[in-house]
Amino acid sequence: MSEFFAMGGYGGYIWGSFGVAALFMIGEAILVVRRRRTLLQRLGRMVRLNSGE
Amino acid sequence: MAINWFKYSSPATFYPLAGRVAPWFAVASVILMVIGLYLSFFVAPTDYKQGEGYRIMFIHVPAAWMSMFIYIVMAGWAAAGMIWRTRLSSMMATALAPTGAMFTFVALWTGALWGKPMWGTWWVWDARLTSELILLFLYIGFMALESAIDDPRRAARAGGLLALVGVINVPIIYYSVQWWNTLHQGASIKLGGGGMQSSMTTVMLWTLVIMALACWFYTIAVVLTRVRSIILEREGTSVWVKEMLQEEK
Repeated sequence: MSEFFAMGGYGGYIWGSFGVAALFMIGEAILVVRRRRTLLQRLGRMVRLNSGE
Repeated sequence: MAINWFKYSSPATFYPLAGRVAPWFAVASVILMVIGLYLSFFVAPTDYKQGEGYRIMFIHVPAAWMSMFIYIVMAGWAAAGMIWRTRLSSMMATALAPTGAMFTFVALWTGALWGKPMWGTWWVWDARLTSELILLFLYIGFMALESAIDDPRRAARAGGLLALVGVINVPIIYYSVQWWNTLHQGASIKLGGGGMQSSMTTVMLWTLVIMALACWFYTIAVVLTRVRSIILEREGTSVWVKEMLQEEK
């Protein structure tokens, strides 16, 4: 197991590469979904306000 | 078969279409990514020259490909927006830029982490690395320029112009390893001469292709979701958006 993570001495470079890539890709996906949710909430409030008049 | 493509250039028709296909691309991307990572670490053999260190290639090369492809697609949408004045085209260009910038950064970052053990340095100012860094600045410049201009149409025109001028950088990145002496190794896959030629084993090649496809599908899913937000932000007051939101209630 620890041999796998050591990657023949390249562990730091390999996990540093894949880790940062994963962080950025997952992070971007979360941001995109969150942007959509907040936007829909805001627009939904506006629609409810207008229909309440 | 005559398809009226301009029909899909209307945000009102594109918005639900994008919403239907985006989840499928997200699912396909996750599945391919799992397969690709499994192949990257458990199936692809140790390289005879670079040991295990070469495995960085499986994220570095797809990220670098995406950084260039996305720029070309972005510039294409920007050009379409400037020629036909279709609103959706410039929204697509705007939606592509952050993902392109993200992949460019990942390509540079993983390149540095690959360069250190193989070349003995994180960074050199050679043609390949410098032109890729310029690509990152082009993406950031495009986003900064568009967000600095309030009027969406003027922002799209200014950004589009920058995107189109910057296209010249993409062939420079791609051919830099042939045109100039560099530390960076040549392309691992070459097209031409009657098919695809590769210096890699078949397993490595397939791993690379699957990882690249996973990144493509990821990009499509993320960009379609982002462009839907952009459509809602820009057209939030229009009738079709109001009707759609009311139906969801």
